[in-house]
Amino acid sequence: MTHATVPRPRDSAARKGSVFLSTHPRARLALLLSAPLFWLGLVYIVALVLLLVTAFWTVDSFTGKISQTWTLDNILTVVTGSLYQTVTLRTLGVALLVTLIDVALALPIAFFMAKVATPRMQRILVIAVLTPLWASYLVKAYAWRSVLSQDGILEWLVAPIGGHTPGYGLPATIITLAYLWLPYVILPIYAGLERVPDSLLEASGDLGGKTWSTLRLVVFPLALPAIIAGTIFSFSLSLGDYITVNIVGGANQMLGNLVYTNVGAANNLPLASAIALIPIVIIFGYLFLVRRTGALDNL
Amino acid sequence: MKRIPPTARRGATVGLALASIALLTACGTTAANNDAGGEAADELGEFEGQVSLLAWPGYVEDGTNDPEVDWVTPFEEETGCEVTSKSYGTSDEAFNLMKTGDYDVVAASGDASLRLVAAGDVAPINTDLIPNYEGIYDFLKMQSWNSVDGEAYGVPHGYGANLLMYNTELFPEAPTSWDVVFDKASENTGKVTAYDSPIYIADAAVYLMAHQPELGIENPYALDEEQFQAAVDLLKEQRASIGEYWSDYLKEIQAFETGDTVVGTSWQVIQNVLEGSGAPTAVTLPEEGTTGWSDTWMIASKAKNPNCAYAWLDYIASPEANAAATEYFGEAPSNEAACEFRSEGSCEAFHAGDEDYASQIWYWSTPIAECLDGRTDVECVDYSGWTEAWSEIKG
Repeated sequence: MTHATVPRPRDSAARKGSVFLSTHPRARLALLLSAPLFWLGLVYIVALVLLLVTAFWTVDSFTGKISQTWTLDNILTVVTGSLYQTVTLRTLGVALLVTLIDVALALPIAFFMAKVATPRMQRILVIAVLTPLWASYLVKAYAWRSVLSQDGILEWLVAPIGGHTPGYGLPATIITLAYLWLPYVILPIYAGLERVPDSLLEASGDLGGKTWSTLRLVVFPLALPAIIAGTIFSFSLSLGDYITVNIVGGANQMLGNLVYTNVGAANNLPLASAIALIPIVIIFGYLFLVRRTGALDNL
Repeated sequence: MKRIPPTARRGATVGLALASIALLTACGTTAANNDAGGEAADELGEFEGQVSLLAWPGYVEDGTNDPEVDWVTPFEEETGCEVTSKSYGTSDEAFNLMKTGDYDVVAASGDASLRLVAAGDVAPINTDLIPNYEGIYDFLKMQSWNSVDGEAYGVPHGYGANLLMYNTELFPEAPTSWDVVFDKASENTGKVTAYDSPIYIADAAVYLMAHQPELGIENPYALDEEQFQAAVDLLKEQRASIGEYWSDYLKEIQAFETGDTVVGTSWQVIQNVLEGSGAPTAVTLPEEGTTGWSDTWMIASKAKNPNCAYAWLDYIASPEANAAATEYFGEAPSNEAACEFRSEGSCEAFHAGDEDYASQIWYWSTPIAECLDGRTDVECVDYSGWTEAWSEIKG
């Protein structure tokens, strides 16, 4: 092979560009990262910063225009107002209960999927868990509205044994939210349990560990980060929800409803931002608490 | 982010910080907004070919909901203005949607219209350019909710009352008083409904006008601190019996159909739908009187299609279109001649043109600090106070 047989590539702009990039790793990196960083920066961080800033403004009640004078009034109202304290506690309670119910339901399902089911069954179950996600959130919430109604299917089912549908209210909200977020809790726990080697379970059995002690002393500690990862989903999703409580929650309000009415009805964007900071603070607190468990690597 | 060299990371942080600062300063300098609502047009030009409307549900029907119900297509054929429309559930929603500047025309109730004028979102209209304005009932023209300083801000559309809806199986006889949702609400606890808007506080005030005359309420939209507190307390008591609040009229229809709600405030149009589906409900106007609405078609101050907007205002005020639209919604028409085009008895049912009846309805108005009933010795609670209280009532 001689020198002349290799045709010299044409000196196109594209080639010049690629030569430049291959010799300048910094420029390459900048180009690669600018789009995602722009997205993260504009959509996420700037939006959050603007939210924070808006909370310090006020709104003219009659004309509905925002006046950009700095004030702590909104933050003070939200922190000291009894309405906001009650609603925050109610929202927290709902989010915690939904999370507890979801974990209690998800653990056995995920364990069965990961450790008991045959590979074929496993695939079918994963699809079954994912299927509800194909239907719209609204459709599912309205389905629960008719299930929980006074002449709904639940009343029809439990009336013969003397029961009654809870009707619309907080119990209905908790049931519906627990149903909506269940797949998000099952999947991380399933993934976490799948990573627990079967040999460890066998070793525990060989050393005389009964089923319960094996679960408690071997499986649970190994699965804990995955469980916490699941709770982050159900907890944060419940904390911000306002549509479900609107549909099945009767006359109850959650934090999301207060934000929604302040944006939509009261046209008080500053107060809405101040309220929106509550769930953000709670979620950051929760993430801070669980950061050492390794849960964040399981998301 | 593990593999990004520290310098690049620092660069990104600095970039982000700069961007945020730039944005913040940009926000800080846009404070001065133009407040004026603009001038009324002197003459009309060419039609723009489209117009965008914002209205209560049932006000702009082009046959998609019910092929029989269509008064938009004739307008489009006549003027060549293609209509796009959006419906809203509460006056507050309308007020906020108008802020987007996407709409040329809005059908606003009295609790939104004055705010729209004050915010400069709607312009005064030149009624000379609207031939059908002539035919509107005089007692609807130039009222406090559709004119400011002697300048007309819109064309009256129709008016109606908020009615008491009840389940006929539970109430074989029509209740004569609103006490079934206030003092006697606990008899149907968990199955009572109320309208989900701060303006509903006025309904409690109307009830108090009859039952606690010592409070001296003259106008349910002009409440001083003490009167307001009494109304709020009444609503907090009612809250214990409320099954759910409604602002989406479809949700209310479903709740009455299933029996989850058996009594509460409602609109005639909701009863019309329920009657069609055979639900055991009826509506009545209790003896205390009631709140209601008187709606106005207004033109946005920054309307992109002002000529088509004027054409729509004229068209919807015409006897035929006004009759079709107000009959479908279930309210009295604003055009004197409209009753000739409505089905028999429908105008009588809404007491159309009956000035005395119309004066017994307390039309939605925006509460402001300067008392609407003319008192000058006290300050009234303004709408932001009403909104705040409404959140607290719901708890």
